[in-house]
Amino acid sequence: MAIGKSVKRIDAVAKVTGRARYTDDFFMPGILLAKYLRSTIAHGRVTKIDTRRAQRLPGVERVFTYKDIPQNKFATAGHPYSLEPEHKDVEDRLLLTRHVRYWGDEIAVVVAENNIVLQEALQLIDVSYEEYEPLVTPEASLTEGAREIHAGSNNIIGESQYAVGENIEKALASADVVLEGRYRTQMCQHCHIENHIAYAYMDDLEHIVVVSSTQIPHIARRIIGEALGLPWGRIRVIKPYIGGGFGAKQDVILEPMVAFLTLKLGGRPVKMDLSREECMIGTRVRHPFDVKMRTGVNKDGTLVALDIDALSNTGAYASHGHSVAGAAGAKSRALYPRAAIKYHARTVYTNIPAAGAMRAYGAPQIMYAVDCIIEEAAQRIGMDPVEFRLKNVARLGDFDPLTGKRFESCGLIECLQRGKALIGWDEKRAARPKKQTGPVRRGLGVACFSYASGTYPVCMEISGARIILNQDGSIHVQVGATEIGQGLDTIVAQMAAETLGVPFDRVHVVSTQDTDVAPFDTGAYASRQAYVASNAVFRAARELKAKILEHAGRVTGILGGELDISNGNIVHGNNPANNVVSLREVALDAYYDKDRGGQLTAEISYKTRTNAPTFGCTFVDLEVDVPLCKVNIKEIFNIHDSGVILHPVMAKGQVHGGVAMGIAAGLYEEMLIDTQTGYIYNNNFLDYKIPTTVDVPDIGCEFVETFEPTSGYGNKALGEPPIVSPPPAIRNAIWDATGVQINELPMTPHTLYKHFKKAGLL
Amino acid sequence: MFNIKTYKEAGSVKEAIKLLQENPQARLIAGGTDVLVKLHKGKGQFHHLIDIHNIAELDFINLNDGEDLVIGPGTCFSRVEESPLIRKHIPVLSEAICTIGGPQVRNMATIGGNLCNGVPSADSATPLIALNAVLTIEGADGLRQMPLEDFFLGPSRVALKQHEILTAITVTRDNYTGFHGHFYKYAMRNAMDIATIGCSAVCKVEDSVLKDLRLAFGTAAPVPIRCKDTENKVRGRRLSQNLLDVITESVVDDVNPRTSWRAAKDFRLQIITTLAQRVVKKAILNAGGTIH
Repeated sequence: MAIGKSVKRIDAVAKVTGRARYTDDFFMPGILLAKYLRSTIAHGRVTKIDTRRAQRLPGVERVFTYKDIPQNKFATAGHPYSLEPEHKDVEDRLLLTRHVRYWGDEIAVVVAENNIVLQEALQLIDVSYEEYEPLVTPEASLTEGAREIHAGSNNIIGESQYAVGENIEKALASADVVLEGRYRTQMCQHCHIENHIAYAYMDDLEHIVVVSSTQIPHIARRIIGEALGLPWGRIRVIKPYIGGGFGAKQDVILEPMVAFLTLKLGGRPVKMDLSREECMIGTRVRHPFDVKMRTGVNKDGTLVALDIDALSNTGAYASHGHSVAGAAGAKSRALYPRAAIKYHARTVYTNIPAAGAMRAYGAPQIMYAVDCIIEEAAQRIGMDPVEFRLKNVARLGDFDPLTGKRFESCGLIECLQRGKALIGWDEKRAARPKKQTGPVRRGLGVACFSYASGTYPVCMEISGARIILNQDGSIHVQVGATEIGQGLDTIVAQMAAETLGVPFDRVHVVSTQDTDVAPFDTGAYASRQAYVASNAVFRAARELKAKILEHAGRVTGILGGELDISNGNIVHGNNPANNVVSLREVALDAYYDKDRGGQLTAEISYKTRTNAPTFGCTFVDLEVDVPLCKVNIKEIFNIHDSGVILHPVMAKGQVHGGVAMGIAAGLYEEMLIDTQTGYIYNNNFLDYKIPTTVDVPDIGCEFVETFEPTSGYGNKALGEPPIVSPPPAIRNAIWDATGVQINELPMTPHTLYKHFKKAGLL
Repeated sequence: MFNIKTYKEAGSVKEAIKLLQENPQARLIAGGTDVLVKLHKGKGQFHHLIDIHNIAELDFINLNDGEDLVIGPGTCFSRVEESPLIRKHIPVLSEAICTIGGPQVRNMATIGGNLCNGVPSADSATPLIALNAVLTIEGADGLRQMPLEDFFLGPSRVALKQHEILTAITVTRDNYTGFHGHFYKYAMRNAMDIATIGCSAVCKVEDSVLKDLRLAFGTAAPVPIRCKDTENKVRGRRLSQNLLDVITESVVDDVNPRTSWRAAKDFRLQIITTLAQRVVKKAILNAGGTIH
């Protein structure tokens, strides 16, 4: 049995010994490098571009500008193709642009033999602009008469709403207490260690091969075809090991360009390797949200209504656009399913870097606003914030109020109870003075969240698995789902081992996805893979097992129905200790007997048509140094209900990483923009403050294991969720410590100073 | 890949001076932790490099005949931080240095490079100006000495001519004997960061009297500075909470922080006044004083 065990990651040795190959580790003779010429204004139009001097520089192969590219507008979001026109992603990109929409927009590209020539060549291109006023904030881009960033858009890319339960105004009117609030979140960036990188080449006159650090090879193949106007079958995308993505690689960034360049250069290999500075402004960021909330509560602690109105800023290009605000509303709905909820969201274009998918896809923004106002509601009616949540959060037996689907598993109440005990909530609150006055003050905070295990029913959820019995009785598994550092390959091996009845170390997983041969799967996003892939892997393993037993029946003469596989051997079903024949002998017979058998394989493509909600919470105990405007986290716990925990150590790893990113979003990270020019000040790791190992405290993590019957092994999403609740828990604890509500992220010393000053603390 | 047009390695101070004279465009590189960052950003003035990081005569820490503490500017931060002489006589410098970058940076970066780079946030500058450090500079015109405090001319500007090299950093015996200090770096995170405000206090306490105080701030003005007016006001006064309050109040007139996108002036003042109080208090406690 492999599920639930902390087996050794199958890529651990390759990665820690440096043997694992990433995109930049592959070398091709004669490979050329390419680099974008990025705009030095945030909004405007190129009136003149002269590339002749750059073109003449020795070592420069070619220079292409917006005049040289195919005029196929394409969408870059890593979503499945949609058969419904109204759900199609917005096609607002060309390979290069004349119309500049953010500081760093791509107006030309140079191909040269090395980086130094590239740098020099870029400086030799003369560009003249007609400049427009940069529209950096939603307020600016929504002003009457503001210039359209994309023609015909009105600077609004999408708007949607839903309402569940009682009419929201009636519900609010009926509540004992009504509160209002406004909460803002920042633009931040994924900061995956491996920057965006891709290269392309042609081995013949027809097919373009693109090797890319991508979360979504099969989607990338389609979008490259769309961008270049080529049949999709002519494109082949290969995904080797990748050094993190967090959603920034759930988008097509460099792939169409390198494909275009190799096509133009007679199939010569061309590589683009973004610098950190480019990666931070020229790929994707998290959507800043401005959320207006209203809530109604009764004095007995019943949450009556939540009215959520979100304004999401997608920046210069659509990318995932309004999908993020839409999904955020959908995923947070499961948290308080018995309240009347109205959710309205609008997404706007501005002249800032394009926002796309980032870990938890809008949920951190919405849950921050929700957890803030929930805290205020609890305080207003004089109820303990944990008690208030316990009374109102989702429990087993609740339904998604919009879809009507029953929650098949839900352990949130147990999560809250466990977290409360771990942090010593009641003891600490009882022990401390009523009012704190010193320079350093202590506070406790809590926040909770709901999330989902995929994108269904907004998108279709497909996963493919192919499992092969090798000649020696070992197993090879190939899936379309992608390993991006989260441990998917190991999980897949555990699943196959579990269902087939073979030892974990006899299962090999093909880590590379090559769209020419890998089963179809849309890739790593939405915390979907372990959930949806489980349904494909489980079915493929079950089918292969049946085939193996059928052949074993032929080999042994024992009827197949009486046999089973245990620990890699064929055994009597009623006596597993009694080995009948080894898997190796059955495999050798299947492959090499002259008359019977064949290669035993199973391949399943499965569409999951459920979407299990997943839950959890954060408890934090912190200290605020008021005069220094600094927060010092003493203890933090994340407790999750993610169904069955497939691999406890890797699950903890996900939680540790997510909580660290949540602390970063709560207290540290923000892309700072000059509101006059749209220039980003801090596109580097000196000035973009990722907390270091000494800034992040020891992170406590526990799981409340439930069983989710809609997945192959009882598991639910865990990849993204840990990032969601730390920021509001920290905010609530700062409030508890100082009496000051901070309703904007990040809560850096600069932010705290402003609010402490306003509150008279300084 | 760095765009380096010429690169020469100097084996001695004399040779480095000669190479500098031969190529007026040339700049020195020691540990490279500032120069290579500038080259990475495409700054043109660092295309011609003279490497001095292997010059043995710049890499030392010792006491001279007069028991003055002399530090070779080519000594990397890790060695300065761990030096028994430094820890014994001027531990405040070790305190400051261990906040610089991470271990890898401190293994490469040199103390002289930190001073000659001339940024207002240089973490080794405030303890050294509080200790009245003196620099020895050698060039085509010979040797000269100057107080470190006068070395800083403005942001990234220091009193070093194109053909000159810093060859020694000296803290004289009378500037460390009987003195105790404390350093605090205020930054957005607790490692791998640039100081929002750096503060060093060095003091001498006798019989509950503050015999001497030197208070220095980084990033509180265009260059690292000493708070001379405040020092003069409190020298010789009895230790008390009131004395600390006087320092907090007075320091505002000594500093001149500016608003930048990294931090606003009023925020910097908040940190400066808080640190003045806390860092001086800790320095006094380290000196065996008590505050009632």
